[in-house]
Amino acid sequence: MLKYLLEKEFKQIIRNSFMPKIILIFPVMVLLVFPWAANFEIKNINLSVIDNDHSVYSNQLVQKVISSGYFRLTDVSANYKDALQSIETDKADLILEIPANFERDLVREQHSKLLISANTVNGTKGGLGSAYLSGIVADFSSQVRAKWIQVSSATSIPIINTVTQFRFNPQLSYKIFMVPALMVMLLTMLCGFLPALNIVGEKEAGTMEQINVTPITRFTFIISKLLPYWIIGFIVLSISFVIAYLIYGLRPEGHLSTIYFFAAIYILGVSGLGLVISNYSDTMQQAMFVMYFFMLILILMSGLFTPVISMPQWAQYITTVNPLKYFMQVMRLVYLKGSDISQLTTELTALGSFAIVFNLWAVLSYKKTV
Amino acid sequence: MKVIEAKNLVKRFGTFTAVDHISFEVEKGEIFGFLGANGAGKTTAMRMFCGLSKPTSGEGSVAGFDIKKHPEDIKKNIGYMSQKFSLYNDLKVWENIRLFAGIYGVSENQISIKTTELLQRLNFEQERETLVKDLPLGWKQKLSFSVSILHHPKVVFLDEPTGGVDPVTRRQFWELIYEAAADGITIFVTTHYMDEAEYCNRISIMVDGKIEALDTPKNLKQEFNASNMDEVFQQLARKATRKSD
Repeated sequence: MLKYLLEKEFKQIIRNSFMPKIILIFPVMVLLVFPWAANFEIKNINLSVIDNDHSVYSNQLVQKVISSGYFRLTDVSANYKDALQSIETDKADLILEIPANFERDLVREQHSKLLISANTVNGTKGGLGSAYLSGIVADFSSQVRAKWIQVSSATSIPIINTVTQFRFNPQLSYKIFMVPALMVMLLTMLCGFLPALNIVGEKEAGTMEQINVTPITRFTFIISKLLPYWIIGFIVLSISFVIAYLIYGLRPEGHLSTIYFFAAIYILGVSGLGLVISNYSDTMQQAMFVMYFFMLILILMSGLFTPVISMPQWAQYITTVNPLKYFMQVMRLVYLKGSDISQLTTELTALGSFAIVFNLWAVLSYKKTV
Repeated sequence: MKVIEAKNLVKRFGTFTAVDHISFEVEKGEIFGFLGANGAGKTTAMRMFCGLSKPTSGEGSVAGFDIKKHPEDIKKNIGYMSQKFSLYNDLKVWENIRLFAGIYGVSENQISIKTTELLQRLNFEQERETLVKDLPLGWKQKLSFSVSILHHPKVVFLDEPTGGVDPVTRRQFWELIYEAAADGITIFVTTHYMDEAEYCNRISIMVDGKIEALDTPKNLKQEFNASNMDEVFQQLARKATRKSD
């Protein structure tokens, strides 16, 4: 019986003027465009400099800041008030004020003060910008010290040098962080939402009633709806691996089999969620809206953009029931850290439970009778 | 042999009683017309017999199976064709036949034999590869009916099968119904066309969820002193207090 239903589903998908195209274009677009556009790396920060010292050192410092590549010198102001003006007119994001006597203080008293002032309307840009700038200044000061130590070892000053090592994503590339998580989004849309919309579509067309008067069991019917999208999901996932490798040179540190294994469990869970929604929706419009609602919350609370750990406590509680969060963790860990199943037992338990709960709920709420 | 039996069947939705204590029996091979104004409760009653809806109280059986206890067994033994068009528009004619035959467990080689047979009987051989959505309505309904009896069910339920169909095609449709009845398939049909009512062996007329009349068309006309079924229907339907939908 299942054979005939699957034949029907595949014919309908292939014959649909829209579906086969979207199935191909969707992953390509998401993986090619998104990582470049949705990017938290801050570059081209507009900098306004107030150099009250006009000394060799102050000049060197400004040169060093500019040559770091993060900043663009867009404004040189005579005083702080003018500099603030340039922030207000959006010409600058950050002010670096070098006090008069900067060089003298540095040489004589071995310390000097600088003012960094940031426009934090865009918090990320302001915060990261001033952090970059402080880093450069710190670097500059240690250079100066190093030079002095060479000159006169008499005035040796103990220095603690912190060396930060970035593991697993050495370039701190946001793309590498995003790509594995975007694959999760793809699977969610393809395997969670499409089959559910398909079922609601049959309700609207009236063919659902025809199916309900046949001896088809609800299990057979649901499987016939899900299986095609599971297959499509795995194909799309494989395409994504290829794109990630070709475009971003990204290949999983861990085993592909680990990813496929978790993907299978995840797909099961998310399609269960889709089915639950479809069972409670009578029209496409209703189903779309409910899904959009869930999708927005699940994505924002998944750690796709912002780390879960920096969310407030109550929000972190909510994320414990978000299947997207666990699968994104798995993808990032396997891709970047090379984790294997034994290190991912929490995620395995969570995703497994979601799969069981949603599918049980789906079968119980699917009614052949009214 | 009784193929459909209903004893005091009731279906309530909240405080609204859609079907109010209906009782009747239908014999094997009979063409049973199920008439009533819009909103009289015909479709609700039919859905109970098909196992789509559970009765609130009362008893009924279809093809020997209890409608409360064994709806899934009933589904193996009936055909159903609903008001809404029930084939898949985006599948070809032969693909629809194959799908529904397969669902009812017709074997692979029987399917191809039956498909050819069916298309020949309907003079549809040229349309084998046509998508169902490209067929005219009347053709769709004939095809839909033929598909619903492909697995030779004991009863076929037809819910306003000829709505919106031209008179010539309606005539052809009823020829198909007669052929099926001659084959031993019991026909349970709802309609709003009174000329069609005359074609039935027996008819029941529902008013406000109750069966107000049940007999052969000939006896009903005598009883109500009417020259045709339309007059009978008018006399009964006028008593309705329920608003039509």
